[in-house]
Amino acid sequence: MPTTAPHALSDVTASDSTLRRFLHGLPGVDAVGLEARAASLGTRSIKTTAKAYAIDLAISMVDLTTLEGADTPGKVRALGAKAVRPDPTDRMTPATAAVCVYPDMVATAKKAVAGSSVKVASVATAFPAGRAPIAVKLADVREAVAAGADEIDMVIDRGAFLAGNYMKVYDEITAVKEACGTDARLKVIFETGELSTYDNIRRASWLGMLAGADFIKTSTGKVAVNATPANTLLMLEAVRDFRAQTGIQVGVKPAGGIRTSKDAIKFLVLVNETAGEDWLDNHWFRFGASSLLNDLLLQRQKLATGRYSGPDYVTVD
Amino acid sequence: MSDKPEKTEKTDKSERTERLSVFKTYKLYVGGKFPRSESGRVYEVTDAKGKWLANAPQSSRKDARDAVVAARKAFGAWSGATAYNRGQILYRIAEMLEGRRDQYVREVGEAEGLSRSKAAAQVDAAIDRWVWYAGWTDKIAQVVGGGNPVAGPFFNLSSPEPTGVVAVLAPQESSFLGLVSVVAPVVATGNTAVVIASEKAPLPALSLGEVLATSDLPGGVVNILSGRTAEIAAPLAAHQDVNAIDLAGADEVLAKELEIAAADNLKRVLRPQPVDDWTAAPGTERMTAFLETKTVWHPTGSLGASGSSY
Repeated sequence: MPTTAPHALSDVTASDSTLRRFLHGLPGVDAVGLEARAASLGTRSIKTTAKAYAIDLAISMVDLTTLEGADTPGKVRALGAKAVRPDPTDRMTPATAAVCVYPDMVATAKKAVAGSSVKVASVATAFPAGRAPIAVKLADVREAVAAGADEIDMVIDRGAFLAGNYMKVYDEITAVKEACGTDARLKVIFETGELSTYDNIRRASWLGMLAGADFIKTSTGKVAVNATPANTLLMLEAVRDFRAQTGIQVGVKPAGGIRTSKDAIKFLVLVNETAGEDWLDNHWFRFGASSLLNDLLLQRQKLATGRYSGPDYVTVD
Repeated sequence: MSDKPEKTEKTDKSERTERLSVFKTYKLYVGGKFPRSESGRVYEVTDAKGKWLANAPQSSRKDARDAVVAARKAFGAWSGATAYNRGQILYRIAEMLEGRRDQYVREVGEAEGLSRSKAAAQVDAAIDRWVWYAGWTDKIAQVVGGGNPVAGPFFNLSSPEPTGVVAVLAPQESSFLGLVSVVAPVVATGNTAVVIASEKAPLPALSLGEVLATSDLPGGVVNILSGRTAEIAAPLAAHQDVNAIDLAGADEVLAKELEIAAADNLKRVLRPQPVDDWTAAPGTERMTAFLETKTVWHPTGSLGASGSSY
């Protein structure tokens, strides 16, 4: 069982102290510069054919999400149908990347998207707080994988991370990665809104990638501050630098708070300008969202017909 | 002798520097806020003789789109408010207008080239019109709704319901009284409105936004746009989230185009009605044009041992 890939950085995870030295040796983040850069990239004007391309790309990148206590099998089936065919009036509309549900809904979701390209992602490891014994977290993951989940969205132990117990977080991620087996891709959620500083987000990103994450994800969508252009830009820089050093490509998933097409397109500009075109694909970049899809569909209808559409012409989720 | 008074006059002038007047930046009224046009454009507004008065925002289709979003957002609460509450707010608008009567008399006089007394008559009629429609809010249901006699054991009740978001092309000639006469009936019954002000004389309409904003009228219930009527009306007529359109300010050619575009999502269309005198009593037609009728069948039967029925 390989816990880490053999690459240029494999020795930094040898012990607690080397890991700590490496993470604290990462360059500090210029917060003002980061936010200014994210804001300036957000002013790009994307129009006409480029906009049409961006909207279709964004739709294909959506992880259509329902993570409510009130989720019913019926709601998950409806979500699955919408993921497979987002706009029944226009069959050229691409399918979304995945549906994202709680572990007990994986089997239902799997059935709902059967025969399509849509994957089933499941949150696990005592989402969203992550406050459970490791055995419980791993059982959570195994159940979801056994039920057919293609992707696992785990939360890190923010308490351990903030206490400086990096090795514990590292070990947990590697253990979950192992539980995912070879089939399921692992997304690691940092809950950036709880990490307080940009320096912490950078450290968490590197920690996650060193531990074997296939995706790094901003947040659960359950706290006040979710994905922002600035923290996503920071994570995009991290995956770019990580690939430059190790040759391993890692995906990025901003989640929560992205509700309009305009926002989504701003994120795509960040991806293109920071990580590069290699990431402009739903294998490497995703949006964790629920209401975003409706706005993308309204914009798509506007571009296709030339008239403004309205909420009566998309589903009520 | 002659030197002295001259000298004093000079010192007087240099001490009393002339005050620069503060020009008003006319802005749109959308969602309870006063934005400039998203496009950044303005156009020159002149009085009836061609003298420059102000620059008014020249709205684009995106301003129209934003206004529809605001109107849709406001619709639930406004249509759900009690008729009594809506009446109070409409009356409050009249109160606020009364306090700024002089300003509107001046603006209407300049815009339409009217004498002071004629402009005052227009403004007074407009204020009275708000009061008139304020009174109608809790009475229209009794006039156009009611119990229907049906041949069966049913209560059958019809009640008027607001249509939704209404695009209103305000009359081109009557910049204030005409505007109030088409906007008040739309909102009195619980609709929300996106209003395109008179193209040549938009200033009284834009100033009305300031009164609406201070009258407890929830933001988004009335949204006022200025600019080229044809440019703004086209996307509104085709908009899938607009439920009705009042073509009062459209000429024959434009009205036909807009009615065709409006057919796409079966909007209610009120065609331009020739109005010579806006001060005449308006009747209820402008209210009923944007009402739907909801009819409820309620089963009845014999009640209790006495066998009585309704």
